Amino acid sequence: MAGDPVIIASDLTRRFGQLVAVDHLNLTVPAGRIYGFLGPNGSGKSTAIRMLCGLLRPSEGNATVLGTDIRGSTAALRHRIGYMTQRFSLYGDLTVVENLRFFASVYDLGRSSAERIEQQIERFSLQQQKNQLADTMSGGQRQRLALATASLHKPELLFLDEPTSAVDPESRREFWEFLFEMADDGVTILVSTHFMDEAERCHRLAILNHGVLVADGTPDRLKEEMAARVIEVRSPDPGGVRRQLLGAETVLDCTQLGTRLHVMIDGSQGDPAAYVNGLLKGVRYSSITAIEPSLEDVFVMATHHVGGDR
Amino acid sequence: MISFRRIFAVAGKELIHLRRDRVTGGLVLGIPLILTLLFGYAINQDIRHLQAGWVDMAETQASRGLLQDAMASQVVDLVRRAGSTAELEMLLRRGEISVGIYIPADFERRIARQEFPYAQLLVDGSDPVVLSAVRGLQSLPVTPPRDLNVNHVIRASFELRPFYNPERRSAVFIVPGLTGVILTLTMVLFTATAIVRERDQGNLELLIATPIQSLELMTGKILPYIVIGYVQVGVILALGVWLFDVPVRGSLIDFLMAALFFVISALSLGLVISTLAASQFQAFQLTFISFLPQMLLSGYMFPFEGMPRAAQYLAELFPLTHFLRIVRGIILRGAELSELQADVWPLAVFFAVMMVIAPLRFRKRLD
Ligand SMILES: Nc1ncnc2c1ncn2[C@@H]1O[C@H](COP(=O)(O)OP(=O)(O)O)[C@@H](O)[C@H]1O
Ligand SMILES: [Mg+2]
Repeated sequence: MAGDPVIIASDLTRRFGQLVAVDHLNLTVPAGRIYGFLGPNGSGKSTAIRMLCGLLRPSEGNATVLGTDIRGSTAALRHRIGYMTQRFSLYGDLTVVENLRFFASVYDLGRSSAERIEQQIERFSLQQQKNQLADTMSGGQRQRLALATASLHKPELLFLDEPTSAVDPESRREFWEFLFEMADDGVTILVSTHFMDEAERCHRLAILNHGVLVADGTPDRLKEEMAARVIEVRSPDPGGVRRQLLGAETVLDCTQLGTRLHVMIDGSQGDPAAYVNGLLKGVRYSSITAIEPSLEDVFVMATHHVGGDR
Repeated sequence: MISFRRIFAVAGKELIHLRRDRVTGGLVLGIPLILTLLFGYAINQDIRHLQAGWVDMAETQASRGLLQDAMASQVVDLVRRAGSTAELEMLLRRGEISVGIYIPADFERRIARQEFPYAQLLVDGSDPVVLSAVRGLQSLPVTPPRDLNVNHVIRASFELRPFYNPERRSAVFIVPGLTGVILTLTMVLFTATAIVRERDQGNLELLIATPIQSLELMTGKILPYIVIGYVQVGVILALGVWLFDVPVRGSLIDFLMAALFFVISALSLGLVISTLAASQFQAFQLTFISFLPQMLLSGYMFPFEGMPRAAQYLAELFPLTHFLRIVRGIILRGAELSELQADVWPLAVFFAVMMVIAPLRFRKRLD
């Protein structure tokens, strides 16, 4: 049903021995949207996706995906979801058509499969590569093939695990156009990434760090929430300012851009601009202003936050 | 619901892998060709022309006859005449001879009285192959001297007359069994790596996220290799018949039926190994670990009857043990498959058990 959440995770947790790869993740993914998982390597993105696909059992907590409890049998669910693994996992020694044919049979597409395969080849512009071995294709072509395969059986929900980490910017842009097209067709897409520009394009975003969800919301909303906390300082002596500020516990990060500095303050201060002003006694500066943060600033603040708490 | 479409999709995909993988494809024909030629020609298990020394204290017609018969058997060449048992023992110790024949002075009297033993064989027992070869000599018949009025031929204490392979050519015995040995190696190896390879190359994570069921995957992986198994059986048998004159005494249909049971049991063993191994290297190791005891205990290398009880019971668990009995029965003795049922159903049971274990062990999960 439109409007109902497609994924609801509550306290979803996965441990590998001592390591907590995903730590009490609470998540609601609405239908027909592109939902992003943003996080550094090792933050638990793949582990969370694998649990949601029914490939890994949660150590604790639960999630329902398209109404199915992932702790139970996910056999029926598999017809309704598509999964693109982080590592290319189609058969390198099979051609594009052979790969598609194999998965069409595996999904039991029946009579319509030949037609569907042609459709996908055309849609993802793989006509030239039709009879080429997957191993000999470029990174971008392979990702298109992987996406064509993952969406072959018209799933309602697509999991894409870092689909563009190994392709050039041009192919990435093209890839995202496919994603928007599919979202327009009503497919819900959960995509993990560590690229800011990609995260920016998601309808909603969850930022993961060390397995913990540290922020979620629309990219604009996330930026708004952090708005007051990014301060731009202009100074003829940015190095001096930086040294001075980094000494303070409350300063999460300080990035130099020419003569400007972006200073990120944690949530403990009511008026961060005035607070920075107070810190800069005896250092020369020309201006202190609160600025609109970039998503990268949001990311840095969110991921620092947990680090500070520990 | 099991989907045949999915099973055949997996089988078809495996065939494409095989076709594109030159090395593995080559091994399909290469292994049986090379091993059959190697075992048939190079490994000559017929022991002939052992260097022998002798002491003849009797020096009678009968004793000379015995020595001549021993020579005629071609098992021994009489190279050194010694004066005493002590000298024979010394020659043995030095390794100058591997067999010593001692004929006592009262040789003829012993024959007349049927007093065993008539003569003695001293053998270098450190080599079991030599020992078993010389055992054949024990049964050399001894012709009594004419002046003794004994009208029957006196034989040595026990007789070991080969009946089904009177020429005692080992190729005839070795080659049919070789089908079993080679298939044990290749069939297990093919499927042992089949699932591990998917994991190693990263295909498995995607595959298990699809609706495919374990049993469909397992069955699909086995199907193409049944065909390959028959190709290999054909190669070995053809070489055996053309190059080594192996007689096919029984029905070829019976043999091919038996081969089916054996092939699927070996393939299913490979599948179980594949679910145990974490890498292709481990799969290879496990294959050889499963292969060696089969090779040693199945009755291929050493006579089954000579093994300790415990080893015999263990060997009954191996597909190769049963297949060897079936093959030798059909090919060499002209038996019918229906007469060999006792060795057919263990293969079927083995296959069934493995096909239960493999899908159970192969969970469609990453943990
Ligand atoms: N099968 C596993 N066994 C042990 N540790 C694992 C396993 N899978 C992932 N991890 C660990 O869990 C953490 C999260 O990994 P992952 O989910 O792959 O992160 P991401 O996809 O965000 O890079 C990492 O520290 C990783 O080493
Ligand atoms: Mg990952």
